[in-house]
Amino acid sequence: MIAALSGPGSIRRRLIIQLLAGAALLALVVFVIVRGYARDLAAESQDNILAASVTAILDSVSVRDGALQLDIPYSAFSMLGNVSDDRVFYAVSHGPRFITGYEDLPVPVDPRTGAPQFGTAVYDGAEIRVATAARRLSVAGRPEVVAVSVAQTRDGLRQTLTRISRNVAGFGLGFFMLAAALGVFTARSATLPLRDLAVSVSRRGPEDLRPVEAPVPEEMTPLVGALNGFMGRLSAALSRSEDLIAEAAHRVRTPLATVRTQAEITLRRVDKPENREAVREMIRAIDESSRAAGQLLDHAMVSFRSEHLQSAEVGLDRLASDAADRLRPMADLRDIALELCPAAEPGLKVKGDAILLQSALLNLIDNAIKYAPPDSDVIVRVSREGAYGTVAVEDAGKGFPPEALGTLTTRFVRGSNTLGVVGSGLGLTIADEVARAHGGHLVLGNLDREGGGACARLHLPLL
Amino acid sequence: MRYLLVEDNDQLARAVSDRLSLDGHVVDRAADLGTADAFVETGDYDLILLDIMLPDGDGRDFLQAHRRAQRPTPVIVLTARSEVSDRVGVLDLGADDYIVKPFDFAELEARCRAVLRRRSGGASNLQRFGDVAFDPLACTLRVGDREVQLRTRELRLFEILIGAPDQVFSKSKLVDRLFSHDADVTENAIEVYIGRLRRHLSGARAQIVTVRGLGYRLSLT
Repeated sequence: MIAALSGPGSIRRRLIIQLLAGAALLALVVFVIVRGYARDLAAESQDNILAASVTAILDSVSVRDGALQLDIPYSAFSMLGNVSDDRVFYAVSHGPRFITGYEDLPVPVDPRTGAPQFGTAVYDGAEIRVATAARRLSVAGRPEVVAVSVAQTRDGLRQTLTRISRNVAGFGLGFFMLAAALGVFTARSATLPLRDLAVSVSRRGPEDLRPVEAPVPEEMTPLVGALNGFMGRLSAALSRSEDLIAEAAHRVRTPLATVRTQAEITLRRVDKPENREAVREMIRAIDESSRAAGQLLDHAMVSFRSEHLQSAEVGLDRLASDAADRLRPMADLRDIALELCPAAEPGLKVKGDAILLQSALLNLIDNAIKYAPPDSDVIVRVSREGAYGTVAVEDAGKGFPPEALGTLTTRFVRGSNTLGVVGSGLGLTIADEVARAHGGHLVLGNLDREGGGACARLHLPLL
Repeated sequence: MRYLLVEDNDQLARAVSDRLSLDGHVVDRAADLGTADAFVETGDYDLILLDIMLPDGDGRDFLQAHRRAQRPTPVIVLTARSEVSDRVGVLDLGADDYIVKPFDFAELEARCRAVLRRRSGGASNLQRFGDVAFDPLACTLRVGDREVQLRTRELRLFEILIGAPDQVFSKSKLVDRLFSHDADVTENAIEVYIGRLRRHLSGARAQIVTVRGLGYRLSLT
């Protein structure tokens, strides 16, 4: 039923997918941000070294004897060299005149004095970072501008970035895994009350329409409320129809009793054989209707009580003897001896509704009395079979038709060999329903003995 | 037998009293508890059939008062479905049996008979005919100093015959009286029971005589 009804996805799956997608997105964002930050940081530190190098070279420019003099300090390049294996380029120019270094190094055309300018270019097949600064010097009374550019390839930076990226990616993956595990756990615990509710509802018997009282989370209260409301309406509808059956049975049977009496009186006055046969047919038909009405009533009562099963200890021997005593007058009418055969082990008890159990047994004994030939014995036998107590009703009649054993407990189904016996087809249904409401079952069979006979067994779980 | 029927449903009451009258019983009917009390004080009844829901009170109160006054008349309670769980309570209050409405008359008749038999105790209700003494409550037939226990159908057949000695009953009438609630009983079934009664009566002056073409009668030979 649950599988058949699963429609557009499950809440749990959807929750897991959403949580996983969220975690993946977060991990990606963290990866991008951290990597970008690391790249900026690495680029900045390269820029700082380049700037220091440029400044050191500019500082070494001096004016001596009216001429510019440049003595590039070793430290200006060594500070770059210790970062990585990157190649270093430089260029010094005096105004538009190139002085020393790599002449074709792409440098800004118009270097400014003050803080160094930075640029990125491609030189000698590699990406380089260039820092350029200028200094104004007074040479022979004229202002002269000396510009210094220092460039470095970015291999080291790239290596650093790759390393950092790898670490950050690992970190992001770890974060994702952790978030995913948490997500699955959350989804499971969030849907757990839902599953608990489904299990508790599906475990109920088909006629258990009590409201669900298990505690549920706040969000599920409307659902449970709606479910309870529905069951309440269903239960009310059921009990209305039971009341209707009861009322109808009562209303039908009372006038039938009057008609039957009149028919009996008529029968005593009528002499013509064909008229007598007609009246007799009439009486039989009335009995049939009257009995069916009574059994419908009984069935309504059984359905109603199985729903609100009362639990008391019921002794099987007592149950059997009460039922037998109750029906002995009926058995006497047909000269049938109703015999009791108590259990070898006394004190067998079951838990259940005494009135229901008695109703089931009365129906079985009543059947036996009806179908057994006059002057025969009907035996009510109590015994124990493992964890079950058994009340068996045996008669010396024709037995159940073997081919119909499986269908006789269906409502209004009667055996093929019941011709001429008044019945409604509800007696075995009632016994079966009572047995099942008590966790037991009704077994129909025929006696394996000379003369045969039917045997109906109520198996009920013992206390 | 004298019956008191305490029942407020007109139709049901008439059906019950008609049916009991058919078997030769006398039935007084009370539609409420007040009338029932008056009947009980004036009449001497063999059995009371008591409904529970009555216009002027609860039948169970009547039952309790009846038992407190130590009146010996047995009571069969007629209960309705809604009082199903009270059935046992009714027995505790002193009812001799109960029957659930709506009921079969065969069942009512059988229960009345069973209660009367149980309650009669030693008190005999002997009917005599010639040298035969018949006690329908104890189900015994005494011929001289020989006593026979009758089975129900034999008893009911003999009850009919001894009720009107020398009157001829046709097979079909006897079948009607005995087996009206049984299905496929032929008129020949009567012969079986007549045969059994004749065996019980062997040696007695009272005999069941076959009247050719008409039926049977119980006569002294």
